Amino acid sequence: MIELKHISKRFGDLVVLDGVDFEVRQGETVALLGPSGVGKSVLLKHINGLIHPDAGEVWVDRMKVGALKRKELSRLRSRIGYVFQNGALFDSLTVFDNIQLGITDEAASEDEVYCRDRVRQCLDHVNLPPETAHKYPAELSGGMRKRVGIARAIAGQPTYLLWDEPTSGLDPVNADIIDSLVEKLDDELGVTSVVVTHDVRGAFRVADRIALLRDGRIRAMGTPAELRASTDPAVQQFLERDLTIPVAH
Amino acid sequence: MESHSVTLDVRRLVGRFSLRSTSHVGRVSYLLLEMARAVPEWRIWMPRMFEQASNVGYGSLFIVGLTAGFAGAVTSLQAGYQFTGSIPVYFAAGVIVESIILELGPVLTALVLAGRIGARYAAELGTMRVTEQIDALESLGRSSVSHLVLPRVIAGTLMLPVLVVFADLVGIGAGWVAAKGSLEMTNADFTYGAQYFFKTWDLWYSMIKAFAFGLAITIVPCYMGFSTQQGAEGVGRSTTAAVVSASVLILFLDAALAKVLLKT
Ligand SMILES: Nc1ncnc2c1ncn2[C@@H]1O[C@H](COP(=O)(O)OP(=O)(O)OP(=O)(O)O)[C@@H](O)[C@H]1O
Ligand SMILES: [Mg+2]
Repeated sequence: MIELKHISKRFGDLVVLDGVDFEVRQGETVALLGPSGVGKSVLLKHINGLIHPDAGEVWVDRMKVGALKRKELSRLRSRIGYVFQNGALFDSLTVFDNIQLGITDEAASEDEVYCRDRVRQCLDHVNLPPETAHKYPAELSGGMRKRVGIARAIAGQPTYLLWDEPTSGLDPVNADIIDSLVEKLDDELGVTSVVVTHDVRGAFRVADRIALLRDGRIRAMGTPAELRASTDPAVQQFLERDLTIPVAH
Repeated sequence: MESHSVTLDVRRLVGRFSLRSTSHVGRVSYLLLEMARAVPEWRIWMPRMFEQASNVGYGSLFIVGLTAGFAGAVTSLQAGYQFTGSIPVYFAAGVIVESIILELGPVLTALVLAGRIGARYAAELGTMRVTEQIDALESLGRSSVSHLVLPRVIAGTLMLPVLVVFADLVGIGAGWVAAKGSLEMTNADFTYGAQYFFKTWDLWYSMIKAFAFGLAITIVPCYMGFSTQQGAEGVGRSTTAAVVSASVLILFLDAALAKVLLKT
């Protein structure tokens, strides 16, 4: 369970979050939509404590993130996979080492056989061939890098996953594979996910609930059906463009 | 009116400067605390430390040897120029050896390494900061201090005394050769003069200095790299700031240690 209670965050004079209340129930997948630059990535980084709020509280698993000790925070983080918007791969390490660092369980990460299997498995999940393991991030395409970032985030079998635009920059086939992965992790392993995305159609497919971030607050939150039925012009404006095409069929 | 606004401005400048330096001091202390806490995680920092240490050590041999060699030879030539007339020639040997061990060896090595590894550390960590690699490490529940900072600081701090010993040997060797060539000093004169002035404490002093400089040229750049902001330009800025402040700190520590340890 993830709870953000009245989070405010500003950078200098720029108020990014202004009293955000946001809740993700256990096992749920919530898609977070919003215009570019509105603060979706900033919100996501509050959940695992990479950014501290100016005001408000973040609770994950009934633990207050801001009040955790070093060890506790690192234990919590090892259960929260984070997919960075631009990959954030360790560029001096091979893909293999990148994903291996994602295996957060200490005993497991020292078991060579397990690591090799797990890395191959994770690469397979994101539709990358095993040979990719020996390459360096600089030798990969943007979309491949993004998928390695996803493989790294899921390698430690986290119970929470925070996805920052996992499908942006991917071709439709691979975007579909990633959407299926989100669904699969959600259904089979009960992972609790927050998916930041601009892909409204993908959001409607994978999410149990959808939230719209606008002007520093959650403007609307509800099931896909509820959101579609919303009369709020801001919500409609945001959903219209992408949804009219498939709905027209 | 004019002077009024100027004084205000000065006050504001002083205020901003002291605010900024207190926040630096605060954050450096925090980093030091984090480093102390990360020491028990030796399984993480130890292997990475050896990697860094071999890089710092082997990689720096050439430039350190070159610097020390020239410094030794020039000291020797200048000693020859100064020590003329009634002063016995072995005095020059004492001056050469002592100035290399006490001052030139540690300080020149540290300054060279501030440029070589200080810049490198700051640029590496700064790039990792602006490309979110440090955030990524933290997001995996891993400590960026034990993965990135501690290996670098320990490697540099252990290697600097080793490199200083190497610099001392090269410097004294070069000084000796130069002295023989230009001062017509015999081997016996040189060894007599060197031993006449030498105290074991001098070596300790040299090592203590090397150790302190090692901390300075590793911790400052790591800190600067960690607090990098704003892209490529930010990395450039932290790299410059790291080299400049590490060098200034070396000179400051040099003076402070001379005052404290030599009780002059
Ligand atoms: N570290 C930072 N320092 C200063 N400003 C920041 C920082 N991080 C984010 N911002 C600002 O906060 C705002 C929100 O940024 P954020 O990255 O969360 O946007 P986003 O909603 O993820 O956008 P996009 O969809 O384009 O990724 C932006 O205006 C950005 O300039
Ligand atoms: Mg973003």
